[in-house]
Amino acid sequence: MVLRKNDVTGWALATPLSAVLAVFLVAPIVMIVVVSFWGATEWSIYPAFQFDNYAFLLSSDVTYRVFLNTLKYAFVTWVFTLLIGFTVAYYLAFHIRSLTWQIALFLLCTIPFLTSNIIRMISWIPFLGRNGIANSTLISMGVIDEPVEWLLFSDFSVILAFVHLYTLFMVVPIFNTMMRIDTSLIEAAADAGASGWQTLWHVIVPLTKPGIMIGTIFVVALVMGDFITVRFMSGSQSANVGRMIQNDIGLLQYPSASATAVILLITVLLLIGTLLRFVDIRKEL
Amino acid sequence: MSQKLDLELINLTKRYGETVAVDEINYHFSSGTYACLLGPSGCGKSSTLRMIAGHESISDGAITLAGRDISHLPPARRGTAMMFQNYALFPHLSILDNVAFSLKMQGIETAARHAQAGEMLELVDMSALADRLPAQLSGGQQQRAALARALITKPEVLLLDEPLSALDPFLRIRMRAELKKLQRELGITFVHVTHGQDEALALADEIVVMNDARIEQAGKTRAVFDAPKTAFVARFLGSHNVVSMPEGMIAVRSDALEIKPPEGARLPGTITNIEYQGTHVALTATVPGAQEVTALLSDKDFCGNPKNVGEAIGLDWEAGAAQALAG
Repeated sequence: MVLRKNDVTGWALATPLSAVLAVFLVAPIVMIVVVSFWGATEWSIYPAFQFDNYAFLLSSDVTYRVFLNTLKYAFVTWVFTLLIGFTVAYYLAFHIRSLTWQIALFLLCTIPFLTSNIIRMISWIPFLGRNGIANSTLISMGVIDEPVEWLLFSDFSVILAFVHLYTLFMVVPIFNTMMRIDTSLIEAAADAGASGWQTLWHVIVPLTKPGIMIGTIFVVALVMGDFITVRFMSGSQSANVGRMIQNDIGLLQYPSASATAVILLITVLLLIGTLLRFVDIRKEL
Repeated sequence: MSQKLDLELINLTKRYGETVAVDEINYHFSSGTYACLLGPSGCGKSSTLRMIAGHESISDGAITLAGRDISHLPPARRGTAMMFQNYALFPHLSILDNVAFSLKMQGIETAARHAQAGEMLELVDMSALADRLPAQLSGGQQQRAALARALITKPEVLLLDEPLSALDPFLRIRMRAELKKLQRELGITFVHVTHGQDEALALADEIVVMNDARIEQAGKTRAVFDAPKTAFVARFLGSHNVVSMPEGMIAVRSDALEIKPPEGARLPGTITNIEYQGTHVALTATVPGAQEVTALLSDKDFCGNPKNVGEAIGLDWEAGAAQALAG
């Protein structure tokens, strides 16, 4: 085969990104998959090709409960981030008329991201705690007599933190898709006698689907892979898959951690694969 | 059709802050008329149309249709329908569902609304493409679909916002013939916004020439073309020469000019350009006052008495051919 000049340029241009992806994405995943078949004892791990880790995982009741719990977090967080994200994006895209204000308010949305995830999470603790601001305010207002216990270190606080952390990942793609909706479509809907809600449901929502889907992928992937939020906000009382992997790593059980990671990866890929069957996001990319 | 369905604009005004986009215009569209709002961009013609449609609020004045004040009604309750410049077809719906959209909003069940939409598509000759998505259609097909969607609401007035501007020149001429035919068949009022004078002349029973937020001149198409009242109208409609004469500004149609010897003609001039256009020859000459005048001569007239660039000629016209202009 003769390499023409164009071919060489093409290969040369593709090389840097391929190299980065190979080293930082493909290689680690291959490593994890390989290690997931290794064996482990209480004091050692040894290279092998055996299905013990998987057999143990898939036969354990705990695995299913933890995966189910993780999916529950992902689903509930998804519902709330979607509702809030859609509303915020809708407001920004259709109710704010001037581009300057749109940009200003959009930047305002990103301000929480100026601090780290962990700081933002931890700052909920004094607010939600037994003697925290929320409880003392509610008591002084006479809404409750006793401090509410479930505000902190509960599923409630975990999901609250998730929603707080990840709503922007929903806002951005939805806003982006909405900004591309031709306003004459909305006028055309009004011309056809559609009410505000009908326009929303029959025109805006269908046209925003790709953005919703991209936001969904972000949120689901982030929540499914999280371990630190669950640990802090549940006070180590709840578990998700990330925590399970973290525990294994803490005990130096790398093969078992790898096997869990592989199953998590497969679960997330299946989830996203299923979602993509419903909505074509290619034109958004 | 009776006078009942006339559309009337009364002191219609649109202001955006300090700027006045439409300045107290008055016009009466008789029902069943094909009317064109004609003018350069920014003259207020689109704002006027959008106010009639209800997509733009009215700053002052009123719009009545069939004697009823529709100035503040929502778009769907005015008896008007709009065809948008880019057609504004819903990209996620098939052509059939696009056409049936307004029926769906009224809560009409699927079978009934699809049947009605099917009839509409029949009318615009699009039945075969009913299941396609808008993106799978050509510009002309999209336009027909948009027409069907606008007409399904049974409007008394159809508003068209530069409907032909997105089409290539060949298709534009074909679609304008179809628009005219459709309007004749339906007998409803069409109000068509355009900046193309040829389009307006070809389609309109009446033209409303707008400039600078006001109506410059309006009336029967031929009457306006034959007797432009201002230099702006004469220039905008084209095929006119606007010449400053000792007695004032006049407009003379290019094809009314005759070439004579320089002596005794109304205007002496020097030929600067000769352009052969097939059936006609366009001859451009400079006349006193550094003005340019174009004479459109039939090829037979020109070839019977050929001229060259640089030659001195006289330009003349019949007494009735010149229109005195205001301003």
